[in-house]
Amino acid sequence: MNRKLLRTTSLVALVAVAALIGAACSNKKTPTTATSGATTGAATTPAEPFKVAIVAPSAPNDLAFTQSMVDAVNRLKDQYNLDIAVSDSLFVVEDAAAAIRDYASKGYDLVIAHGSQFGGSVQEIAADFPDVSFAWGTAGDTFRLPNVFAYQAASDQGGYVMGQMAAALSQSGVIGMVGPIEVGDAKLYVDGFKNGAVAEKSTVDVRVNYTGSFSDVALASEAAKSFVDAGADVMTGSAQMVVGAVGVAKENNVAWFGTQSNQTSLAPEVVVASQVYHWEVVLSQIIDAIKAGTLGGQTYNIDLANGGEVIEFNADYALSDEVKAIGDAAVQGIKDGTIDTGASA
Amino acid sequence: MSSKGRRLARHDWGRLLLSWFAMPMAALAALLIGAVMLWALGANPITGYRALGDGAFGSVNALTNTAIKAVPLVLVGVGICIAFRANVLNIGGEGQLVMGGLASTATALAVPGVPRPLLIPLVLLAGLAGGAIWGAIPGALKAYFNVNEILSTIMLNIVAVQVMNYLLSGPLIDKTFSGFSAIPQTKRLAPNADLPILVGNTKLHAGILVALLAAAVVYVLLWRTGLGFRLRAVGLSREASSYAGMPVKRTITLALTLSGAMAGLAGAVLVFGSASHRMVTDGTATGFTGSAGFNGIVAALFGGLHPLWTILSSFIFGGLLVGGNAVQRAVQVPSSLIVALNGLVVVFVVSIEYVRRRNRNRPLSFGMPQPVQEPSGTPEEVEL
Amino acid sequence: MSKFLTISVLTATAASGIRLAAPFLLASLGETMGQRSGVLNLGVEGVMLLGAFGSYYTVLQTGDLWLAAIVGVAIGAIMGLITAVVSVTLKAEQGISGIGVFLFGLGMSDLLYQKLVGTPRPVAQLPAVNIPFLADIPGFGKMLFRQSLLVYLAILLVPALAFVLNRTTYGTKIKAVGENPAAADSLGVSVNRIRYSTVVLGNALAGLAGATLAMELGIFQQNLTQGAGFIAVALVYFGAWRPWGVLAGSLLYGLVAAIVLQWKTLGIIPLSASDLAATAPALITIVALVVVARRFRQPAALAKAYERGA
Repeated sequence: MNRKLLRTTSLVALVAVAALIGAACSNKKTPTTATSGATTGAATTPAEPFKVAIVAPSAPNDLAFTQSMVDAVNRLKDQYNLDIAVSDSLFVVEDAAAAIRDYASKGYDLVIAHGSQFGGSVQEIAADFPDVSFAWGTAGDTFRLPNVFAYQAASDQGGYVMGQMAAALSQSGVIGMVGPIEVGDAKLYVDGFKNGAVAEKSTVDVRVNYTGSFSDVALASEAAKSFVDAGADVMTGSAQMVVGAVGVAKENNVAWFGTQSNQTSLAPEVVVASQVYHWEVVLSQIIDAIKAGTLGGQTYNIDLANGGEVIEFNADYALSDEVKAIGDAAVQGIKDGTIDTGASA
Repeated sequence: MSSKGRRLARHDWGRLLLSWFAMPMAALAALLIGAVMLWALGANPITGYRALGDGAFGSVNALTNTAIKAVPLVLVGVGICIAFRANVLNIGGEGQLVMGGLASTATALAVPGVPRPLLIPLVLLAGLAGGAIWGAIPGALKAYFNVNEILSTIMLNIVAVQVMNYLLSGPLIDKTFSGFSAIPQTKRLAPNADLPILVGNTKLHAGILVALLAAAVVYVLLWRTGLGFRLRAVGLSREASSYAGMPVKRTITLALTLSGAMAGLAGAVLVFGSASHRMVTDGTATGFTGSAGFNGIVAALFGGLHPLWTILSSFIFGGLLVGGNAVQRAVQVPSSLIVALNGLVVVFVVSIEYVRRRNRNRPLSFGMPQPVQEPSGTPEEVEL
Repeated sequence: MSKFLTISVLTATAASGIRLAAPFLLASLGETMGQRSGVLNLGVEGVMLLGAFGSYYTVLQTGDLWLAAIVGVAIGAIMGLITAVVSVTLKAEQGISGIGVFLFGLGMSDLLYQKLVGTPRPVAQLPAVNIPFLADIPGFGKMLFRQSLLVYLAILLVPALAFVLNRTTYGTKIKAVGENPAAADSLGVSVNRIRYSTVVLGNALAGLAGATLAMELGIFQQNLTQGAGFIAVALVYFGAWRPWGVLAGSLLYGLVAAIVLQWKTLGIIPLSASDLAATAPALITIVALVVVARRFRQPAALAKAYERGA
């Protein structure tokens, strides 16, 4: 009974302390300046900062989904005088919703909800903050709300182009692809790549290995090794665990194609090219729209045509002109619409 | 005259005060180290901790978030109370949460048209069942095959995650999201299954009631029923219980089954109380559970393995988790700092038990049963 | 399937399995020592992550692989000291303190990574070392005798620790402390000192396990170990607290994972079954333990703090 009493009182004390802190703070309201895009579009660096918040589901340095957005926003920083806040690793919807709501209430001009699962929260919170603009991706639905933008990416396009080059490049005729789980962006990319490879050379043997995890680097590494043992001389992969596979490619002098970010720095000797997501292409359109008074209602795509997806070649890799020409032709074909990547939703 | 009276008389007020405030003091010590870390990262610790209090308890919205965060902790925690008191270490909370979530999701997808007063209990029951099965397996393995439950529950966590990945990116995926945007998530589940909001304008949902009810039920179970007595007895001494004629194997199996059921219920509440009303993952258990399977263990142990105290400790721990996110936002430090800080708080608070224990004679800690020493081998091994 | 059953593929798979098993083995051996003396450490994952980052950062800055391994061990030992203070001296509840260490290690390793390194920067990987003559044995040789030094170390530690546990006084003391600390205490064995030593040693091995993983991959990332620390704890039970048993468990787990990967590459496992196939190592481990149902009892004083006169 004594012990119980002690525990009771300590826990009560802890709550009391916390409540005191809470009470002391609740009187201090953080100033909510509603700077909602009142400044009309200025071409030069604007004097007044534009506040952008990113709420993302994974790490900001994952060389994948989250990093692509964080990098894009940073690329626009000087041009728009951006005041940037990032809350990463918030996969769980409740936590992300709290963050989105918090940033909205603190007077951010644009809150980027970078995760397909945040849709319901965005729909709810956007209604509460009509003066704040929300960008939700990747998705194609703005809920018919006037202050919600949506954005998505056609990652199969770059995949197709690089698949063509991979098939042309490969001498053994075996290509290895390391994937996480067969869903979403990874599936789209893998399917696009495979279709491109087969379209270039129908006899090419494309092996796909979905390891079952987005982040297990060791599994990715061993999967890559199994490809190498199977004779692959070109490899690619998707998701943040590919760093393991790139390492194996480097060790075995196997050519590598990357996606989502420029992976040249990982292995300058073997990385041929990367499909880089330049979200800033659509972000700048969004910010311009906000400054002009439109807070939402539009869906944006990044693809090869608008420069949102760019095949960035590794300058240090001695790529033959024929292979590069095949790549360029594929890019042009997709832009024209004459090539269909065949990777469906 | 009880020994209690004598013990009380021996204390002087200084020591008593010390033990009362030991846990909060420990938490504050950890937060102090956190302040140093914040400062080292160029953040203002005062701003940070103001945000912590604010974000956890400083407004109705904050309190709601904390309460919602605490709900799965309470549910998992009371399940842990059952298991750990029976001396069965259930580390499978994550997997049981997942299976409960999957079972309840599948139910809602199968019969979305069922009227609300029926559908909600149905999906919650499905969650219970899913978790119960995932607890029964390691329970039976332990009882009948002597497979250590720490091994089987950890392994089953892995299995559960992959089953979830398979289902959520395959048969159960939301087909309205296409291509790039398709992530392992289900479509918006039947509105009839939404847990009702309790307080008008907030997000406080009925999951709170479920949690409180569960805690009360488990309390009654553990101390007012025969089963509860058997669970605790088996936890203290398997041999003595067996000698007394109790069905030890069945009890052990039941301990893990019930513990799993609670976690499964938490999974169902996570899905149907969530803002998105879907089940979603990023390929790991944490993506769905938010680590409630592990945090629930912490909450239960800090609550002394007592279901009612677990409510309080869950609320406080939930506040730490929610407030931690607010700190991240306020001073823009990497979220991993907050994770490390949570770990520090746990280690410090659990360590301070020593100070508290010095004021008592009993070596019991946090309610963990300290089983009677079983005879350990033949007499020759212990030389006198 | 015929593509799988060739000598070259089989040996490559086995080699891959051994590589995957090494970090589990090291961490699990360490945990075995600790548990044998009665201390349960659930924080292995956190220690592995810290050791992994420490060694990765060392290689990044100095390029010295030996130094990196030592750093991994040292970080593990320091964490072991902290764990020992918390679990042995302060007699904290070992289940929770372990989870606290796990969270701390997870957060701290990632924090340091983000602040000190920023973006994934690959470093030199552990080179494979061919053992002369033996490495040239066709088939067998490639599988066993072309691994990195740390893998050899892990395997050699098995008989070494078995010897220590079973044939030295120190080992007897460890076992005594784990079974009946009161009796051991009355015989003059310092329970605390023994437990300190095993916990520090055990965590040092966990740090080395993390270092092995990071150096094998030549990279660090958030949550690099992906639950390997917990699997290592689980494998202790599989191995019935005996080093050879732990070796068997680690190899089983690693080999099954390697086989699953190989079958996915060869197309034996269709894409649609990818996720379910990934459950194989876990499921087979459970099944194996059921089949080989032994009646080994755990150390009687496991996870219980010892207080003289209590």
